[in-house]
Amino acid sequence: MIEIADLSFAYPVGRFRLAIPHLAVAEGARVAVVGPSGTGKTTLLNLVSGISRPERGDVTVAGQDLASLSERQRRMFRARNIGFVFQNFALLDYLTARENILYPCRVGPGLRLDRDVRDRAEDLARACGIAERLGTRPGALSQGEQQRVAICRALVTQPRLILADEATGNLDPATKTQILDLLFARAQDCGATILAVTHDHALLPRFDRVIDFADLGARP
Amino acid sequence: MNALYLAFAHLRWSWARSLLLVAVGAVILAVPLISQTLLRGSEAALTARAEATPLVLGSRGSRLDLAMSAVYFSPDRPDPVTMAALEAVWDTRLGLPIPLHTAFETGGARIVGTSIDYFEFRGVAPARGRIFGVLGEAVLGARVAERQGLGPGDTVISSPENLFDLDGVYPLELRVTGVLPPTGTPDDDVVFTDVKTAWVIAGIGHGHEDAIPAAEAEDGNVTADAALVEYTTITEANIDSFHFHGAPESYPLTAVIVVPDDARAGTILRGRYLDPGNPVQIVVPAEIVAGLVERIFRIATLLDAVTLVIGIAALAAMGLALFLSWRMRAPEMATAWRLGAGRGMIAALALAEIAILLGAAICLAAILVIAVQSHGDALVAWLLAL
Repeated sequence: MIEIADLSFAYPVGRFRLAIPHLAVAEGARVAVVGPSGTGKTTLLNLVSGISRPERGDVTVAGQDLASLSERQRRMFRARNIGFVFQNFALLDYLTARENILYPCRVGPGLRLDRDVRDRAEDLARACGIAERLGTRPGALSQGEQQRVAICRALVTQPRLILADEATGNLDPATKTQILDLLFARAQDCGATILAVTHDHALLPRFDRVIDFADLGARP
Repeated sequence: MNALYLAFAHLRWSWARSLLLVAVGAVILAVPLISQTLLRGSEAALTARAEATPLVLGSRGSRLDLAMSAVYFSPDRPDPVTMAALEAVWDTRLGLPIPLHTAFETGGARIVGTSIDYFEFRGVAPARGRIFGVLGEAVLGARVAERQGLGPGDTVISSPENLFDLDGVYPLELRVTGVLPPTGTPDDDVVFTDVKTAWVIAGIGHGHEDAIPAAEAEDGNVTADAALVEYTTITEANIDSFHFHGAPESYPLTAVIVVPDDARAGTILRGRYLDPGNPVQIVVPAEIVAGLVERIFRIATLLDAVTLVIGIAALAAMGLALFLSWRMRAPEMATAWRLGAGRGMIAALALAEIAILLGAAICLAAILVIAVQSHGDALVAWLLAL
């Protein structure tokens, strides 16, 4: 699913540099990315999603070499193939849970908000246990419910890859496990690969594989 | 459509801010149009009324006060002229003099003592009832009748000019005989009565019981004491007891509308009152009002400038509010960007919100302007009556 070769990346300002000689993630794998702060974990997610472009090297996701795509093509690729789950949930206060789930289809290029998508959103909400809360705005939802909505939003476009950045960072220990299990189960339903950044070592046994950035070539 | 949907959802969620922005935008758009509408209407109303009043005769002094009191029944009255001045116009046979006596009020409405020629001159006849015929009868302007809920058969009571006036200006009950149709002019806001009735209110004419019956009077003299009962209502039973004191040519008038037979007669009449030593003058209301309107429009230009400055300040405030709103939505835009939204989509999200606000403000402004325009005559009449 993900193939990185001879990657080098640096931000325009600062001395940070990320270098990954080789990294491969198999399709359907559940991979955790760990490491000290500032070692480039989130940068890796940005490179894999095409938000950032490497100075050098190849990033291939779902068979597509991202370096060969224009910015617009990368956005379309991202919208169609990648789902995001953020630490702060990134839900919109002014939309109901249902509309938050459908949001990617409203703003993503080339995506359509049709009956199938709406039905899928309802199915996901049911599977995530928030079907009764679809008409509720995020402000009235618990943190666990909010992250369930965020998971539904990440999956509504049927992505092939889910990038989770500290997806359980704001949750209590019991909810963390539930949410992670939920994410794994729903991702498995649609055959999506998971690349999840986490600081929570207690969750690592649940992943198929752990990439420790302390072992990679990141130099803060 | 998605951008519009999301923008509308965001505006609905922050409805108080949205309503405030729409209201401010509507006011910025509507106020200049409304002020122009009202100014144009006021100019037309002022000019039309003045142009329909060819000449006004009154005591020498403020020409503006004379014209305004005769044309608009304004409370600032010139010194009175006497009936002798009116008779002098009659004697010239150059035009029709119409007396006006506007010294008194009833329930906040001015009482205009005049003759029935006034109604013919203004081309107005009662919509209900009839014109006054005898002493003590009155015809109401449309707005007075509506405001006080009065009609033919009701009564109104004149208010003394001064609460401490013990000099014979007693309240007089007037019987309403008719109500004029709405004209959109100051006629709507006054109570018309015969000029003689106005003189009765002024105490120049009155009726009272004889304290000692004439048949019992010694040496043919009528005697009276402090217990003399003065009538405050004119009825069929007591109307014959009403009488006037003093020489008729000395009775006061606020002004006299003069309707010359033709342009030549008007010129001749104006020429006869040019002498600055003459205590009576004739003015042309149209000329005076034209000067007044010019002054008003000079002030209106200043008003436009003030409106412009306030509008710019309000627009800046709206811009700041939208900018702050945009800043608050920055995390949403970051999320949208991550989810694949391009700059065009993100710009559309911002512009859609502005477009909806602007559209709503334009609609509200249009409603306000149309409402003002559809009630323009009434609003202008109300403004002019203030």
